[in-house]
Amino acid sequence: MSIRFKALTKSIWVYHLSTGSCNNCDIEILDLLTPRFDVERFGITLVGSVRHADAILVTGALNLKTIPRVKRVYEQAAKPCLVIAIGACACGQGIFKNGPNTPNPVDSILPVDIYIPGCPPKPEAMIAGIVKLIEHVRRKKKGL
Amino acid sequence: MAHKIIPIGPYHPLQEEPEFFRLHVDGERVVDIDIQIGYNHRMIEKISESKSYDQVTFVVERICGICSTSHPFAYTNAIDDLLGVQVPERALYIRTIIGELERLHSHLLWLGLAGHFLGYNTVWMWAWKCREPILDIFERVTGNRQHYAMFKPGGVRRDMDEEDFPWIRKTLKDLIPTLDMFKGAVMDDPVIRARTEGVGVLTKEDVRNYCVVGPTARASGVAIDVRKDDPYAAYDKVEWKVITYEGGDVFSKLVVRILEMYESVNIILQCLDKMPKGPIDLNIKDIPPGEGIGRHEAPRGEVFHYIMSDGGNSPIRHKIRAPSYMNIFSNKKAVIGETISDATIILAAVDPCYCCTERMAVVDYKSGKRIMDGEDLIRLSQEKTARLKEQFCK
Amino acid sequence: MKKEEIIQDIKHRLGNDIIDFNDRSERRVYITIRKTVLLDLAKHLFSVIQARLCTLTGVDTRQGIEILYHFSIDELGLIISLRVILDKPNPEIDTLTSLIKGAEWIEREVHEFLGVNFKGHPDLRHLLLKDDWPEGDYPLRRDR
Repeated sequence: MSIRFKALTKSIWVYHLSTGSCNNCDIEILDLLTPRFDVERFGITLVGSVRHADAILVTGALNLKTIPRVKRVYEQAAKPCLVIAIGACACGQGIFKNGPNTPNPVDSILPVDIYIPGCPPKPEAMIAGIVKLIEHVRRKKKGL
Repeated sequence: MAHKIIPIGPYHPLQEEPEFFRLHVDGERVVDIDIQIGYNHRMIEKISESKSYDQVTFVVERICGICSTSHPFAYTNAIDDLLGVQVPERALYIRTIIGELERLHSHLLWLGLAGHFLGYNTVWMWAWKCREPILDIFERVTGNRQHYAMFKPGGVRRDMDEEDFPWIRKTLKDLIPTLDMFKGAVMDDPVIRARTEGVGVLTKEDVRNYCVVGPTARASGVAIDVRKDDPYAAYDKVEWKVITYEGGDVFSKLVVRILEMYESVNIILQCLDKMPKGPIDLNIKDIPPGEGIGRHEAPRGEVFHYIMSDGGNSPIRHKIRAPSYMNIFSNKKAVIGETISDATIILAAVDPCYCCTERMAVVDYKSGKRIMDGEDLIRLSQEKTARLKEQFCK
Repeated sequence: MKKEEIIQDIKHRLGNDIIDFNDRSERRVYITIRKTVLLDLAKHLFSVIQARLCTLTGVDTRQGIEILYHFSIDELGLIISLRVILDKPNPEIDTLTSLIKGAEWIEREVHEFLGVNFKGHPDLRHLLLKDDWPEGDYPLRRDR
């Protein structure tokens, strides 16, 4: 496995991007850092700048005002950068499908690597999803 | 004199604009503030017009994640007002319990964030850790940690099981020592007092002019609380008091929210004792033409819902006014004249619903270059606390 | 002041400028008035009775654009809603911002979604909609 991907799957630094959500998923993401779930013991930590991030956690149903910003954020991320869609809104717009201010889903603009559904997904579900993604990336790079 | 513009960032700033808060700064002092919102706008008022009355309850829950039950509460109050019906008593008590549990978890969440902005990361971790048992209660009673789907026009959707009551009582009583700890930590700590007293003051006049609601108003000594003024659910059937504090500054807002948590525990325990047996739902079938207004005292203030119906299956107009709409605008008064290291805590003190406080960034007006971002501003705030700590420890 | 006194006082002040009066329930009163007397009545409610402005609701109806000004008298738990009907195609009315600072965003939102012009408002830019939303397109109007 190339050293970039190996480093990527060891200790993931994530950047959180909300594209117009009710913020419940965002609070549950922050909850991951708190003592009960404590993902920092796995090396996963939240960073303030997308340039330092290995993965982007996307939440929200992508409203019109945020589309240009979301595109800019993804362009600035150092590739390879994984995109993780968290919550029903990011996965397929959920209850806001066909809403007047939310015409497109997130995966029409960003290449999503994993979808973690739920409204909001429980922190355990998010951890399970990230673990699944890491295993998938490792297998892919091994050629499996 | 040339003014620098410093847009302020949120907890997770976006790289470039659009900014949410743009501060015009002269040296260290804030001279003006420009507030831009709209990044979370999903036109729920328009979506309501195409959903049935029952479906609207689920849509409005997702306006905000933290005060998720406040919107269905106000919405069902509006429908009950339109119909002029009396909801069954058991349902009223269940509604009250869910509303107060939400207040508890929301205030603890805010306390954690305020601690983080001030530089007390331990407060953040502790407050959020102590919030978990409340989310466990929610999961046992409603099935989900957030977005409970308990409300329904004419009643509640699910009943509460008496067998859970002893466990709920115990969990809440175990919370009291934690609240005592936070109260002591906040009110007795000279550094926190130095950081927050006299900072971001809103006078009673300002509260009236800017139509501020909720703990932000009560922290300036204005005793408005929808639960006492326009009682609904079981709030007039239990004993509790409205918490106010003179001062109008960030410290007062801290104190009001901590003391309100005690009242919430008190209300829930009384409701668990007094809840009668009986039906939980009126089984409303049709909504006749008319209009109704419903309000609820959310953790952030008064939520206002207006419904206009023409007898059909969907509302023809659903107006939603969240409390943060009024409170965030009052920052125009609160933050002007203060320093940039205090700006983060002042903006956070009105408890803007996180989904309203999305983006902030700091840009130098003359060069157009980003000189600071939200993380830097939070760091400035934390550094000021560290300096004050040194002073007090000498 | 008691509710009856406030109501009698309003009726006395406005006389024929009241088009309709609906004392719907103990804590909900709806008064339809001519738009010319709105500012005076709002001044009376805000400064003398010490009511609080909750919000404005705008509805597009057959008669025109209906705007409801919701004032709350917190001591009584009473909401007095003043209804004015503005003619299309150019609905306009005086702004309340000279009297109540908090009305600024509320009126901006009504302008943005229904196209009502608030004469004298300091800043009628877009608040919630994206910046390049087409001019003249008001989402809550029914004749789009």
